[in-house]
Amino acid sequence: MIPLSNYLILGAILFCISMAGVFINRKNLIILLMCVELMLLAVNMNFIAFSHYLGDTGGQIFVFFILTVAAAEAAIGLAILVVLFRNRRSINVADLDSLKG
Amino acid sequence: MLDNLHNVNIAIVAAPLLGAIIAGLFGGAIGRAGAHTVTIIGVAIAFLLSLVMFNHVVIQDAGIVSHSVYTWLVSDGITFEVGFLVDKLSVMMMVVVTFVSLMVHVYTIGYMAHDEENWPEGSGAGKNSYQRFFSYISLFTFSMLMLVMANNFMQLFFGWEAVGLVSYLLIGFWLKRSSATYANLKAFLVNRVGDFGFLLGIAAVLMYFNTLDYAAVFNAAELQKDLVISLWPGTEWSVMTVICILLFVGAMGKSAQVPLHVWLPDSMEGPTPISALIHAATMVTAGIFMVARMSPLFELSETALSFILIIGAITALFMGFLGIIQNDIKRVVAYSTLSQLGYMTVALGASAYAAGVFHLMTHAFFKALLFLAAGSVIIAMHHEQDMRRMGGLRKYMPITWITSLIGSLALIGTPGFAGFFSKDLIIEAVHASQLPGAGFAYFCVLAGVFVTAFYSFRMYFLVFHGKERFRDAHHGHDAHGHHAVHEPHETPWVVTLPLIALAIPSVLAGGMYITDMGFGNFFGSAIQVLPQHDVLGQLAQDYHGPWGMVLHGFLTAPFWLALAGVVTAWLLYMKYTHVPALIQARLQFLHTLLEQKYYADRFNDWFFAGGSRGIGRLLWQWGDVRLIDGLLVNGSARTVGWLAAVVRHVQSGYLFHYAFAMILGLLLMFALFVIAG
Repeated sequence: MIPLSNYLILGAILFCISMAGVFINRKNLIILLMCVELMLLAVNMNFIAFSHYLGDTGGQIFVFFILTVAAAEAAIGLAILVVLFRNRRSINVADLDSLKG
Repeated sequence: MLDNLHNVNIAIVAAPLLGAIIAGLFGGAIGRAGAHTVTIIGVAIAFLLSLVMFNHVVIQDAGIVSHSVYTWLVSDGITFEVGFLVDKLSVMMMVVVTFVSLMVHVYTIGYMAHDEENWPEGSGAGKNSYQRFFSYISLFTFSMLMLVMANNFMQLFFGWEAVGLVSYLLIGFWLKRSSATYANLKAFLVNRVGDFGFLLGIAAVLMYFNTLDYAAVFNAAELQKDLVISLWPGTEWSVMTVICILLFVGAMGKSAQVPLHVWLPDSMEGPTPISALIHAATMVTAGIFMVARMSPLFELSETALSFILIIGAITALFMGFLGIIQNDIKRVVAYSTLSQLGYMTVALGASAYAAGVFHLMTHAFFKALLFLAAGSVIIAMHHEQDMRRMGGLRKYMPITWITSLIGSLALIGTPGFAGFFSKDLIIEAVHASQLPGAGFAYFCVLAGVFVTAFYSFRMYFLVFHGKERFRDAHHGHDAHGHHAVHEPHETPWVVTLPLIALAIPSVLAGGMYITDMGFGNFFGSAIQVLPQHDVLGQLAQDYHGPWGMVLHGFLTAPFWLALAGVVTAWLLYMKYTHVPALIQARLQFLHTLLEQKYYADRFNDWFFAGGSRGIGRLLWQWGDVRLIDGLLVNGSARTVGWLAAVVRHVQSGYLFHYAFAMILGLLLMFALFVIAG
């Protein structure tokens, strides 16, 4: 039986990797989106692990919702990305600073 | 009967007010003749009804008439009313005010006949300056009557301010002259100083007596005399002293006592009739009247009496000196008024209230006479006021000449004339007074007699005798085709009639009333004097009728001093006419000092006007520009701007920065949860 902590550690590692991806990545907006997806997956991992160990299926239902939302989010994100590229001719994160004060 | 008298009182004040309203608001419709007719009728009614009251209160001695007409408001148990108190003091004032006012109204017809000075061209206010003038002097009569007939402090203050307002309007009547508008502003501002003290005094009365009614206050005064007040920590002042000095500060402003005298000489910018009515006979004596009216209060404070005595003495002597060097005929009379007001004030300070009020009455007659005579001369000289361009007018204007002589003789206190009785009474009263400062005051009033005689007769000789200097003055106008000199001529009857009418009481009023007013109990309960202050009572023991006083008058110092003054004036201005210039050259320093009016105006300009401007500039540049605008308004805007400039660097626009901030925040919150448990 694999103990709960292993799952949680895996989830934490995935979350940290994705977070590092968000911070360190200065080039590609697609990687950013992927990192966000990964972050959600890390959360899913925690949900499933807890669901299994607590014997409560509510956590797994949540995972389905999150996956659905993540798919929709990815679709919208990619669509915005395409429009952005059309306008700016770039998906370089370092170039996208129109909100600079 | 009493109800009728109440209505008479109301009619006395209403008649001039009505006249003023009609002449002022409907001046265009009724025209010049209509305006002077309606106001003269109004004042004549007031005068005749005043005589009715005089008959009732004085001749029949049927008691005082006191009633309230209208309750304005009741607040916290204190009633503010319009009410009339007609006792012997106020009825005397009413008769004097309405009589002089009537004479001045008649005189004005002549004086203002050719007045073309009006509102500036194109002004919407119309072209009725003649009607406006009559409206103002009628309004003045109303205000003055309200003042003297008041039975409470509130109405006294109303009248006090109303006469001040009319005085302001009339000094600046010729408002196209910048000197006139400057003078009326000055009069208003200086009076503000006095009125501030007066208002504080009334407030103190209200605070300690809880009523504004004269009778109630005077009855309670005795009980309050030992109260003390701590004006600033560590000092104790008698409440009576504080109240009396504050009230007297009001009188100093209105009656032009040193150091609030500066407005009166400048007020001569106004037309001569109002100089006579307001700035000689009636309004400026309001202060004297007020102190006499408050005698039950003033009697309780020897400190205040000494203060009054000394202020009056300084005014009496030192303002007289200024009259000596003036060349403007009206200014000589103005300084003489100041000096005579000083005499009245001295009398009040010596507790000889009756003598002060008596002098007020005689002075009203002869000083109004002198002013109107000066005005008559001014008309004849075609509005020339410089005495150096007059001379020898005796031949041309006999009525003005003889009435001026009577006025001057009354002013210097020639035995037998009205001024003699009142002035001699004051001098003797001061001599008998035991108050601190009485010695100084006695010296001042005695020396003042010589000075008064000197400047009065200097004026008289310069104007009516000697070389006809106006002929020289007109030689320069030959280019205009004036080959013949404009010879002065006697003024019309509307001018000379008031002169004659005023000359009669100037001679007779003194002898007629000295027994009653000076030594008798003319004023009854209106004036109260404590036994230990009763100098007039002491003098009465040596009094043997007016004739005795006249005969004795020839033997006393004041008579010889006056004679010396007249002789000196004759020597200097008739006999050795080159001497005054020599004296002036020798005593240049003294002459400059007098010409600069003891630098009082300069000092006020520098200290008060300059000081206020300085404070204003300080408040403007530091308070407004730097503190409010700089620090508060622009400062807060600048702070926000600076803060934003710093904080904007946080807004890098990079997604990863924002994400980092989010995570950081999340971590912080998480840590907080964990630590806080």
